[in-house]
Amino acid sequence: MAWTLDSDKPLYTQLMEIIQMRIISGYYQSGERLPSVRELAAEASVNPNTMQKALVELERSGLIITQRTSGRIITEDKELIHQTRKQLAEGHIQYFLQHMEELGFSRKEILSHIQTFTEGDG
Amino acid sequence: MNMQTNILVEARELTKIYGKTLAVNQMNLVIPRGKIIGLLGPNGNGKTTLIKMMAGLLTPTSGSILIHGYPPGVASKSRISYLPERTYLQHGTKVCDIIHFFEDFYEDFSTKKAREMLDALQVPLDARLKTLSKGTKEKVQLILVMSRDADLFILDEPIAGVDPAARDYILKTILSNYNPAASILLSTHLITDIENILDEVIFIQNGQVLAQMTVEQIREEHGQSVDAYFRRIFAC
Repeated sequence: MAWTLDSDKPLYTQLMEIIQMRIISGYYQSGERLPSVRELAAEASVNPNTMQKALVELERSGLIITQRTSGRIITEDKELIHQTRKQLAEGHIQYFLQHMEELGFSRKEILSHIQTFTEGDG
Repeated sequence: MNMQTNILVEARELTKIYGKTLAVNQMNLVIPRGKIIGLLGPNGNGKTTLIKMMAGLLTPTSGSILIHGYPPGVASKSRISYLPERTYLQHGTKVCDIIHFFEDFYEDFSTKKAREMLDALQVPLDARLKTLSKGTKEKVQLILVMSRDADLFILDEPIAGVDPAARDYILKTILSNYNPAASILLSTHLITDIENILDEVIFIQNGQVLAQMTVEQIREEHGQSVDAYFRRIFAC
């Protein structure tokens, strides 16, 4: 999960998305300690205050937990990670369906397209 | 010196005239603590003149500039770490001699920090400055400046004329040495390369502050990168 950032959108939301993906994909394991703000900022080549803001927002969602002694850790609540993953997947599907419908495909046609596509792919 | 204040630099009606040229024109400006700020503007609009007045190298023609509430002087110079646009170091000097020079000159200079970074870069301490490539020379000078524990780091065009790899190294060095209690003022006209590391930008035009705003504000309100926004507001 590289730190690829668009220059015309707010940075902290993009940083949140990348960290969220890293948690869902298991790049950061549940219960693992997250690198410090400074380390993450240097890694992503972004301002530390911007990285801080992204982490604070992720704390709000519960995916990241601040501990007094050991900095920030990834939540041990695997159900929450699972739910976040499901929500993101639903978002992707909705986005896809909307665009396909704009192209004039019916739900039925879309399903059959996916089937043909995945079969041809595999 | 009041360490509680959040204002590092304050300029009021600051003016500098060279002969008949008005370089800085009744400028008002505040630089807070804990920010990485880009000083942006086309060449010849007063960026370097402003910086030199902060560093105490030029005296204002009129108006005032205060560092921690006091005019630039011995006290402010000991708290400002300044990387000039053009080096003042002699080309024949060895890297280790420059380290000694910084040690003698600045109480807040960390030899350990400088040596670690120079080691990581594999710069031999007995190398003479003139034997190093342009990119490495820039890196060495940045390392020295960032090895101080200053309140304000002023970097005048730190990434001009270096290759992309050297530029990335310089940006990472700035970020990994950044102390949240200090501020970094970075002047450049290469905005795209640095905008992700900035909190705020100050646009300078004709010796005045055209705008001072946060980078996220520009992206949220205008849906544009700072570079695109800059090109728009400076378009003739």
